[in-house]
Amino acid sequence: MTQFLIRRIFWAIFLFFVATIITYLIFWVIPADPAQLAAGKSATPADIARVRHFLHLDEPIWRQYLRFVWQLVRHGSLGQSFVNRQPVDTIIGKDAPVTASLVFGGAVLWLSLSIPIGILSALRPRSIMDRVTMTLVLIGISAHPVWIGLIFSYVFGYKLHLTPIAGYCNFFPGTVGAQCEGPVNWAYHLILPWCTFMILFAALYVRLIRANVMETMTEDYVRTARAKGASQRRVMVQHVLRNSMLPVVTILGMDLGLALGGAIFTEGIFNLPGLGHEVVNAYGQDDLPMITGIVVFSTCCVIVFNFIVDVTYGFLDPRIRPS
Amino acid sequence: MAAFEVLDLNTSFRTDDGIVQAVSGVSFELDKGRTLGVVGESGSGKSVTFLTVMGLLDPRQATVRGSVLLDGEEMLGASQGRMRQIRGRKIGMIFQDPMTSLNPVKTIGWQLQEAVLIHQDVTKKDARRQAIEILREVEIPRADQRVDDYPHQFSGGMRQRVMIAMALVNNPEILIADEPTTALDVTTQAQILRLMKKLQDEHEMAIVMITHDLGVVAEIADDVIVMYAGRVVEQARVNDLFDKPEMPYTWGLLGSLPRLNSTGSRLEQIPGQPPSLLNPPSGCAFHPRCPYVMDVCRRELPALELSPVGEGHRFRCHLDDEARSRIWTQKRATLVTEDAA
Repeated sequence: MTQFLIRRIFWAIFLFFVATIITYLIFWVIPADPAQLAAGKSATPADIARVRHFLHLDEPIWRQYLRFVWQLVRHGSLGQSFVNRQPVDTIIGKDAPVTASLVFGGAVLWLSLSIPIGILSALRPRSIMDRVTMTLVLIGISAHPVWIGLIFSYVFGYKLHLTPIAGYCNFFPGTVGAQCEGPVNWAYHLILPWCTFMILFAALYVRLIRANVMETMTEDYVRTARAKGASQRRVMVQHVLRNSMLPVVTILGMDLGLALGGAIFTEGIFNLPGLGHEVVNAYGQDDLPMITGIVVFSTCCVIVFNFIVDVTYGFLDPRIRPS
Repeated sequence: MAAFEVLDLNTSFRTDDGIVQAVSGVSFELDKGRTLGVVGESGSGKSVTFLTVMGLLDPRQATVRGSVLLDGEEMLGASQGRMRQIRGRKIGMIFQDPMTSLNPVKTIGWQLQEAVLIHQDVTKKDARRQAIEILREVEIPRADQRVDDYPHQFSGGMRQRVMIAMALVNNPEILIADEPTTALDVTTQAQILRLMKKLQDEHEMAIVMITHDLGVVAEIADDVIVMYAGRVVEQARVNDLFDKPEMPYTWGLLGSLPRLNSTGSRLEQIPGQPPSLLNPPSGCAFHPRCPYVMDVCRRELPALELSPVGEGHRFRCHLDDEARSRIWTQKRATLVTEDAA
């Protein structure tokens, strides 16, 4: 177990360097001048030069990178945004709960939809229900989240007035200057984004679960269970489900990690002040510290969730349990 | 009356390419304490016959006709609920590959207890006690500790012992073993066969041993049926079958048995491939591969006739008594000289 942990940590450090170096390299390659943007429209060339020096943009890219690493190691700081001089950590700390609300809420919805549907269509392959589901799944996979989001927003928000069109409310009351707050408002504002997420992922997961359940049902040990006299229900619950959910756990872990790094489209459509929204803004303004910060955060999310998957997997599957 | 009787069993599958007649008119009976060997190549219908008997085929794909009587009770057409009571309680079944036949995420104790709890109204504690007891019976060392292990912590032979334990934990009248030793190495095979014989004596049960290995049949069976293309082509007491087999396919099977003391001449093999059941050959299904084929073989399916030799010895062949005796005498001579050399 210790060895496993140590390997994991080294792997995480390696991934951290790969991800951040690539971010810096891309930034170095693209023709961007963040100093110009940060200094404002009316700045003179002298002003811009001063800003450039102040932001250390006149240094070679490798020195900028070392500076970033040093700051992180020495001060535990991701630096300050070029644009508004706020600490990147603070901004991420503010945005991450929004994205987390979106992703985890969405995950609960898409799992509670796709697990029963996936199992039912696996039990009755080629039935009417299976065919209808598979058609819906195909639509779900083919539709872009922007399109789904806009349609939802238009129909349920604008036309039917059932939900807000866009916007976000904090779960915990007491935020200064917030327009609305509290769990009910929070959920009320997130219903449409959750559903958008659900359609997108449920489609993938229904297919995944259906395929896994069907495959598991042909396993020899399922036949053994039938030969013991187990009922269909017992066979499904005790023998098929746990085994067929193993690959789903892996994929879920990866998807959650990735989605936490920025649900870019969904946050954009519903104007949710999350990480995806933030990263799009940062790209538009060549805000390198902000972009790097979010990349680091996303990388950490992926690493952490993969770790959680590995540990969960050990509990679910005795064959790979570290003894 | 026989404990177990199968009469004119037919099983066919609907596939995209047409109807596959996997089992055609199979009949046999089995008495308490006896062992029936069922021999045939892959695709001869031997496994399907017993999956049909157990009601383990998908009713959406398989069509079944005939009669299966267990202690006089008709099993074909019995309700799902009744079949579940019979499976695992009156008939136990074990399968070919012990590596994949146990659920990898449950302890073997859990899986044994499940078998007990499905059929007996006992406490979990009592089920566990029975599980450990049956593990001891199949000679698994330190059974009280191993009961909490997972299948991957056992070797292939040990897993097959666990499978046997699971099939026998409810003391069934019949054990159907579908190639239980095929996936095991030879020394383990011998141990498993010896164990099955021992358990048969203790539990007084009937065994059906499905195999393609005549060596296994010679070792354990009392009666044999030879299957080819979904039909019984010969059935006999085991001694009669080895003494005076009555049809060319059985001759081929006996000729292709490897012998330790043979002179190193090539093993005889049956030419050609097993027939497609989607499109079976006309007449006798074996005729395209038979060295003694006659015109009538291509036209007419030979009936399951009674042999002049042995009790209840039946076979399907158009060759007359004289020809069969002559060919087998010659054939046996070559096999025996090889053995002697």
